[in-house]
Amino acid sequence: MLGRTLLEVSAALKQGQVTPTELCKKCLSLITKTKYLNAYITVSEEVALKQAEESERRYKQGQSLGDLDGIPVAVKDNFSTAGIETTCASNMLKGYIPPYNATVVQKLLDQGALLMGKTNLDEFAMGSGSTDGVFGPVKNPWSYSKQHREGRRHDEHDDSHWLIAGGSSGGSAAAVAAFTCFAALGSDTGGSTRNPAAHCGLVGFKPSYGLVSRHGLIPLVNSMDVPGIFTRCVDDTAIVLGILAGHDPKDSTTVQDPIKLSRIPSEVDVSRLCIGIPKEYLVPELSSEIRSLWSQASDLFKSEGAKVIEVSLPHTCYSIVCYHVLCTSEVASNMARFDGLQYGHRSGIDVSTEAMYAATRQEGFNDVVRGRILSGNFFLLKENYENYFVKAQKVRRLILRDFVNVFDSGVDVLLTPTTLTEAVPYLEFIKEDNRTRSAQDDIFTQAVNMAGLPAVSVPVALSNQGLPIGLQFIGRAFCDQQLLTVAKWFEKQVQFPVIQLQDLMDDGSLVLENGKLTSVSLTQ
Amino acid sequence: MAASVLRLGIPGRRWALAWIDGGSRHRSGTQPGPTSNRARGQSSVAQLSLRTAQKPRKGEHKWAAVVGLEIHAQICSNSKLFSGAQVCFAAPPNSLVSFFDASLPGTLPVLNRRCVEAAVMTGLALNCHINRKSLFDRKHYFYADLPAGYQITQQRLPIATNGHLTYNIYIRKKQSQVTTKTVRIKQIQLEQDSGKSLHDDLRSQTLIDLNRAGVGLLEVVLEPDLCCGEEAAVAVRELQLILQALGTSQANMAEGQLRVDANISVHHPGEPLGVRTEVKNLNSLRFLAKAIDYEIQRQITELEDGGEVLNETRSFDYKLGCTVPMRDKEGKQDYRFMPEPNLPPLVLYDATSLPSDADSQQVINIDQLRDMLPELPSATRERLVQQYGMLPEHSFTLLNEVGLLEFFQNVIKETRAEPKKVTNWVLNTFLYYLKQQNLAVSESPVTPGALAELLDLLDSKAISSAAAKQVFEELWKGQGKTAAQIMSEQQLELMQDREALEQLCQATIDGHPQTVMDVKKRNPKAINKLIGLVRKASLSRADPALIKEILEKKLSL
Repeated sequence: MLGRTLLEVSAALKQGQVTPTELCKKCLSLITKTKYLNAYITVSEEVALKQAEESERRYKQGQSLGDLDGIPVAVKDNFSTAGIETTCASNMLKGYIPPYNATVVQKLLDQGALLMGKTNLDEFAMGSGSTDGVFGPVKNPWSYSKQHREGRRHDEHDDSHWLIAGGSSGGSAAAVAAFTCFAALGSDTGGSTRNPAAHCGLVGFKPSYGLVSRHGLIPLVNSMDVPGIFTRCVDDTAIVLGILAGHDPKDSTTVQDPIKLSRIPSEVDVSRLCIGIPKEYLVPELSSEIRSLWSQASDLFKSEGAKVIEVSLPHTCYSIVCYHVLCTSEVASNMARFDGLQYGHRSGIDVSTEAMYAATRQEGFNDVVRGRILSGNFFLLKENYENYFVKAQKVRRLILRDFVNVFDSGVDVLLTPTTLTEAVPYLEFIKEDNRTRSAQDDIFTQAVNMAGLPAVSVPVALSNQGLPIGLQFIGRAFCDQQLLTVAKWFEKQVQFPVIQLQDLMDDGSLVLENGKLTSVSLTQ
Repeated sequence: MAASVLRLGIPGRRWALAWIDGGSRHRSGTQPGPTSNRARGQSSVAQLSLRTAQKPRKGEHKWAAVVGLEIHAQICSNSKLFSGAQVCFAAPPNSLVSFFDASLPGTLPVLNRRCVEAAVMTGLALNCHINRKSLFDRKHYFYADLPAGYQITQQRLPIATNGHLTYNIYIRKKQSQVTTKTVRIKQIQLEQDSGKSLHDDLRSQTLIDLNRAGVGLLEVVLEPDLCCGEEAAVAVRELQLILQALGTSQANMAEGQLRVDANISVHHPGEPLGVRTEVKNLNSLRFLAKAIDYEIQRQITELEDGGEVLNETRSFDYKLGCTVPMRDKEGKQDYRFMPEPNLPPLVLYDATSLPSDADSQQVINIDQLRDMLPELPSATRERLVQQYGMLPEHSFTLLNEVGLLEFFQNVIKETRAEPKKVTNWVLNTFLYYLKQQNLAVSESPVTPGALAELLDLLDSKAISSAAAKQVFEELWKGQGKTAAQIMSEQQLELMQDREALEQLCQATIDGHPQTVMDVKKRNPKAINKLIGLVRKASLSRADPALIKEILEKKLSL
């Protein structure tokens, strides 16, 4: 039951094959069993069971709220949840219990979803590995999969070689990948949803900026943040997006126009599509496996009659630097509110207000956060503003124009890698600092945030090491539906295998009806 | 506009037309000036003392002062600029604070339509260009009553620019003379107010009240076209009246709804401007004028003594009457301005640019707001002068005293008496009583209706002017009696009985043979003395004209 997709389990609930409470308890038990993954910061067991009870009552009365009623979900711990601690994996917000729900959380709850808990992340979502939070790193469930155990080298057969989940929404990705819930919310500022989705073999969707409300999402970069969606298949993403999308009076940057999102048709015709392959995304650091999968993927579209052309996004190489300037500047500003006065951590040092501020922020933030605040404030100084911030904004405009030009030339969707490589072992990952890692790992993803476009990472195949690899589709702004339609077609073609978690399956709690172990066309 | 030379060319003193008792200026000195220590900042222009108007010593250069103002006016709105929290003065601490106002993480600003309308209306009333597109910015600084660590303001592209404000200065030489002056308005920007810090030095702690945090402010930036404290005070007073007429701000300085910072420098005309200082947080017009004039004089003295003026922020110590440097611990601030990413550009429309399918709740039409502008103070004054034939200075007084114009208009509405008579009674008698007891118009024990009735009695010659004053005095006691009741109870009505009056006249003639002799000797004062005696005997109830007629007849003049 737990291995099913959201839509499948929703059907099972409707047919009475399983009750919301049974489903909830199974997920809770799995959360306990997979505690070593460190996917959750807070498990909201009582809340979830109460919600399950209410959902069950509705089903009994024939008053189900819809596809999400009774479905266990998880939410990244940088979304405000009323009455449930929201930490951003930071000492600064340890113990902070928000009095309100983020709009996206509220929308899920209004549909009857069960909130299993709050998932782990890099502190304030600053990172690409989910390794830099105060609650410790998230472990990639694929580290313990049958597929990976068979694929890895013999000298790595000990527990210290576990893999990172990707980040910063690694907790949400691990939670869905380990079957502890059927969908999870992440956030995506430079790739924080798509990157861990790729590493954990999930669909990771970043909506168009302005399509989904940010109200209640504790910001990293306001002008780039969007709530992201993790599911096991594209159809599930479309369902969740349909619920989350739309204008929110509490977020002035959401679009006013009514959004029409429907289920994706089961038969998709891609023969009339034009797929763009941006040549700048073919970088030397890209693993040969991924490069090969990328090219096979484009062949797949070609074979179906789609037009596949090479396109150029000439300002791509400047993107990561500009992203860094804009990101840190907004971070410096957004983090200014954490002074220990209204909420969160407050230092005991009280010689003066200024000393208290300084000590609070020193104790509350990790080095990564403090480093970004420092550089952001540097870029915003009067003497530097023109040279850094304004210039970066101008380049941002050029990057957006690159995309617009390509789409105007007739390209419907861009196809790119999501990551340079598959997930790496934690011990490998921490050899580089957070900044270097972020710059490497966001390379294919952050330009999309600069331009506000929708993008989705779809799992394609397993690497030689038995680890998931994802490819990214980028769509026109607010053509999220079209993007998901293409993604769904692709998903169907590649038949990505389901994770085989041996120790979880041992006790029979995990029945994998869809356990297709090999991909049809893209096997390495 | 060049700064005018500081006073030196102007003989005599200059007075602001904003004097609350401007109307009484022409009467004999029976009326006291406004009482000192008045609580109501609205009228305190009257307290200006002009210490800078000193004669130059021989051989001295002429100094000119250059004064610019930044005025913060709290917008009169039900809710705050970016949140739904209520706006209310003197509510219990921290009772009007939304999650956004407390800067809870994840909250976002949502612009209040009413505040935008207030800014547009104010901009239009001040002859500004209204920007069809304006932007919001973050201004960063750490302070305990600024929960987000930044203020949302409009630094790059404000909502209104390039306006001007006209005000009037009243110069008294031998005759009264009004001078109309103009100060340019650089810009008007929308921004958030901060909270309040209450420092408890005893327990060395600071208490924060966030009720005010996030309240909408209009920052009105004036170009440095002013040259002294008095000009500044009069210009601010005019702005205050405009804001109040528009209803965009209550602009009560005592309640902090209008706060003024002044930038001041001095130089020799024709030479570059001097180093300026900023005097912050001036919360009454009187202190504004005093602080500016003090600061001008301080800078002149400093420079003449070979010192230099530092570019610094000062505050006004109202007890000592001087400005003192503010201790700015952080030194020079870099506000690290940044575009506010959570608010799209604010786009305004006019009749031609308004999209046909626009949701009227989502757009603001400048032309529509222009049509809705109320009568502005300058137009009101002009109308008063034309409609009621009053002197310009009377119209100033009527507007300057809060509620007085409305009182006047209500009296006019209800009485048959001549407008000139009404003006006279309202500005002399009524205002005199108010001032004597330091009352606001709204606190007056005499209603417009009661005064109107009294003026009707006067108009119909049922009562003499002197007796009417007595009735007014009774009315002021507020015992609920009408003017007619008081008149008849105290027998103050004019004697309508001619026979009785003739008897009184005869008795007076008989009792004062010497005066009668004087009258017959054509001593012009003597007849008035007799009239006075008869009036006295009639307990002021007789019409002097009638007395005169009877006396003249009896004495065969």
